[in-house]
Amino acid sequence: MSEQLDKAPPAIVLAHAQLAAGLVSAVEQITGMGSRFVAMSNTGLSGAELEQKLRALVEATGAKVVFTDLPAGSCNIAAFRLLRDRDVIVVSGVNLPALLHFVTHPNLSPEEAATEAVERGVPTLKVTLGTARGN
Amino acid sequence: MAIELYRIDDRLIHGQVIVGWGQPMGLGFLVLVDDEVASSDWEQELYRMGVPPELDVFFASVAEATLKLEEWNRDKRPGILLTSDIDTMVRLAVAKQSTIRAVNLGGIHHRADRVERLRYLYLTGGEVRALQELEHQGVEVTARDVPASRPVPLSALLEGHGEEGAA
Repeated sequence: MSEQLDKAPPAIVLAHAQLAAGLVSAVEQITGMGSRFVAMSNTGLSGAELEQKLRALVEATGAKVVFTDLPAGSCNIAAFRLLRDRDVIVVSGVNLPALLHFVTHPNLSPEEAATEAVERGVPTLKVTLGTARGN
Repeated sequence: MAIELYRIDDRLIHGQVIVGWGQPMGLGFLVLVDDEVASSDWEQELYRMGVPPELDVFFASVAEATLKLEEWNRDKRPGILLTSDIDTMVRLAVAKQSTIRAVNLGGIHHRADRVERLRYLYLTGGEVRALQELEHQGVEVTARDVPASRPVPLSALLEGHGEEGAA
């Protein structure tokens, strides 16, 4: 598994403000594998600068997967722009369970890992009502 | 309801627009005025991809927007009109004098020839003059990235009194 990790390029987590750094630090705390992600923020960047910086990061890291937070957000739109000419996969609406599943399955192809990450991440968002509700 | 916000934002459609402004407004439609985007199916598809399905997005060049502005303003739903730069909004405002009463500066980011006015607003000398000219024509110009922040009038912005803070 360590050999697979060594060979695999990191994935990029691109999100608003400090969210990406926070998610990656949580992955590191839980699994010790935070270095499998590169965090990037959109703070202070125009749409064009965001795309430019993301392209440079994909180029530098060889990343095949870009996780973004908000579907209609600037991070997501910047990542979508790469789909036209780069071999990358964009996963929108990232959450911690999705990243944890992704990082702990380095044996999967990027497409499989991204797909499974979404399948695992989505149902973790749920409402739980307390028993004292209405008292 | 019509178009309630005329916003200049170089990110065009993004989180602050869809969620920050859109949710409290009960946004029904967006108009994106940009000559380049209006001529590119790919760009339009890109901006539509992340937008909630219940929200209509209309794309128009300045010339098309000039013809359709009254129609959009008869829409019973609240809408936002976006341009990515000052020049586009000025061209539209000049073409439709007295229709556009107020312009929101939502985000114009750093560039080598721009000076920082707010953390989300950088302007060149030419852009400042264009905004002043817009005000001389009766259009109120304020900076405000999200509804929770205090609107900063252009005059305060240029005098360096643009400190931000929650309203």
